Amino acid sequence: MSTFLGMPAARDRRGPGPDAAPGTLSGVGRPEDPLHWGASFPDAAKAALDNGQLRRNLGKATSTIRTKRARVVGEVPDWEALRDAGSAVKTDVMARLPELLEELERNVTARGGVVHWARDAAEANRIVADLVRARDTDEVVKVKSMATQEIGLNEALAEEGIAAVETDLAELIVQLADDMPSHILVPAIHRNRTEIRDIFLERMADAPPDLTDVPRELAMAARAHLRRKFLSAKVAISGANFAVADTGTLAVVESEGNGRMCLTMPETLITVMGIEKLIPTFDDLEVFLQLLPRSSTGERMNPYTSMWTGVTPGDGPQEFHLVLLDNGRTKVLADEAGRAALHCIRCSACLNVCPVYERVGGHAYGSVYPGPIGAILTPQLTGEESDLPYASTLCGACYEVCPVKIDIPSILVELRAREVSMTAGSAGDTADRVWSAAMKAASFAMADGARFRRAARVPRLLRAISRNGVIRKLPFPGSLWTRSRDLMEPPKQTFRDWWDGREDQR
Amino acid sequence: MRIALAATCIADAMFPQAPRAVVTLLERLGHEVVFPAGQACCGQMHVNTGYLADAVPVVQNHVRTFAPVTDGEWDAVVVPSGSCTGSIRHQQSMVLERAGLHSEARAAAAVAELTYELSELLVDVLGVTDVGAWFPHRVTYHPTCHSLRMLGVGDKPERLLRAVEGLELAPLAEAEGCCGFGGTFSLKNAETSAAMLDDKVATVVDTGAEVLTAGDWSCLMHIGGGLSRGGTGVRPMHLAEILASTRESPVVPGRHGSGRSGATTEVAR
Repeated sequence: MSTFLGMPAARDRRGPGPDAAPGTLSGVGRPEDPLHWGASFPDAAKAALDNGQLRRNLGKATSTIRTKRARVVGEVPDWEALRDAGSAVKTDVMARLPELLEELERNVTARGGVVHWARDAAEANRIVADLVRARDTDEVVKVKSMATQEIGLNEALAEEGIAAVETDLAELIVQLADDMPSHILVPAIHRNRTEIRDIFLERMADAPPDLTDVPRELAMAARAHLRRKFLSAKVAISGANFAVADTGTLAVVESEGNGRMCLTMPETLITVMGIEKLIPTFDDLEVFLQLLPRSSTGERMNPYTSMWTGVTPGDGPQEFHLVLLDNGRTKVLADEAGRAALHCIRCSACLNVCPVYERVGGHAYGSVYPGPIGAILTPQLTGEESDLPYASTLCGACYEVCPVKIDIPSILVELRAREVSMTAGSAGDTADRVWSAAMKAASFAMADGARFRRAARVPRLLRAISRNGVIRKLPFPGSLWTRSRDLMEPPKQTFRDWWDGREDQR
Repeated sequence: MRIALAATCIADAMFPQAPRAVVTLLERLGHEVVFPAGQACCGQMHVNTGYLADAVPVVQNHVRTFAPVTDGEWDAVVVPSGSCTGSIRHQQSMVLERAGLHSEARAAAAVAELTYELSELLVDVLGVTDVGAWFPHRVTYHPTCHSLRMLGVGDKPERLLRAVEGLELAPLAEAEGCCGFGGTFSLKNAETSAAMLDDKVATVVDTGAEVLTAGDWSCLMHIGGGLSRGGTGVRPMHLAEILASTRESPVVPGRHGSGRSGATTEVAR
């Protein structure tokens, strides 16, 4: 789903600030692996934090969506029951995924659709490219889709000489700027409207030369540009918000109407869908169509909900292909502790409430799935070592808003445990070895009252370097703390030494 | 009631004024406080950093130390920390279960059932909100993430604070936002942590409060470190320290809470 054009904030009136370096029109570029790119999280986060404009933009945008969401969720008396229902349906789906997928395939096929199975990104891209080439066209229109972002479909099609045109406004901005999405719902959240104007002027051939940065003008320019594409496209490619097993119905919810154009006008429709998007029955939509818009855009209902079941003669696309994508999902499903990550309906509520995401933005996560859900989904999909499970204070805000009650903090802890065992198996770098040694020593000191009594007296030595009750500077690794905060001077006497003294006096 | 105090490792070593205040407060309310000497740490730091195997002996020690509460040796265990209580309640049995220690995991769950964060003990178990405290200062309250979202203490701490004579409670903007501590997060992602801290410090300063209070000294150590670095003059104090303060033995806000020197929460014996 997507509503926002991008940044609600205008650029500082004094013009570009010191952090708005010239030549930043181009984005981060399209990476080889959409699930793993860029610097480490701490380094990428540090760079993002240095960008004052980005921080102001993100703070404004996330707090706006947060407030909207809180308001519309607050007016639903049975919200908690809905979350429970959403969670229960998804748990059931994961328990019966193979049979439900086969049921979906049967029903889609019976209604004139064609179902394809793709084990990984390469297979999915191959299937789609072959289907497009068979239609003898070199341009397709696209509905915003995380699954196709995840597999790098646009780049794969480009290699075959096929231009894939993103028709969601924010996704179009990202595409024109050769950028990556930085948010699941609002992929251009890191851009403000002046930047968007500049991108349109430079990269959109039919943009009016006198285009200003007024949102309505920007939207109208994109509308005119896209209208021409909708009218000429023979093939559309979409993702899916839901697929109903017992009817074979696919559903896309959106805000701009671009999805409806793509899903109804071209002759051929190709839908790429992660296998976890399934729900068992049509009735289950009742739960999710309440949960998703309120969690996502903070609206009671999204403007456009499109549903289609196979092919309807004489109405809409006369050819429908459904590509069912695994790409690591069955591996996640096999994991008892982590599989709840597959319950995600891509609403992005967890991004908007995450204090880490709000500060560093989406690109720091180095994956098309940023934020808290990205921190648990990305490392599980790739199976690689990752610093994303540590990109959280475990504050729990994500769990509190998740419409399907994914216990993200607990899964983060589980994945941290996995990271520790992975690095223990390998040689590990110096930092890993230091952490491991420190944790071992702490474990020894903290597993016994008498040992801890002695250990707890050690910090007292720091009193030698304290001034006015605080320590302002420590050598590494203490400097990681004292660079930004003082450390309070340790006490002369620990609690337990005080307690014993008191007991002795009795 | 006979109440066992789990002081928490960080307060024991770094901020003893908080567990001392718990002793003062509960004794003033007519309860007996005991400090089981075998205790050390709940294991939260190890668990949340992913060192679950290293957490096992730490958790075992905690469960062993406090197991007598399940036999009626004490009526309850009190912890002056939301995050340690959260770890005891939501992580300890998981850690032991994963290590294949099934009966110890059950014992951990049984201990956890009788373990309460301070505001929970006061309001839910002891049924008091007015503890007879006197603290004539302007105070703002930061609801720590784990007390708020893991334990769901709700407005219990604020109810306790509102009942304190002389105390003026200043509302904190964006109160429910994390301060950026996150245990080892503050070191592993130091810059992001500092950015979150900056925002928290700014909202605290905006309240015009003289004292920042919370139910966790770990978060207070973080925000307090930022308040001190910024030269703001706002003093961090644990909720227990404020509740321990009376006209007869007032607690005076100090640079790092109370009770280090000068006026203390200690009761003369």
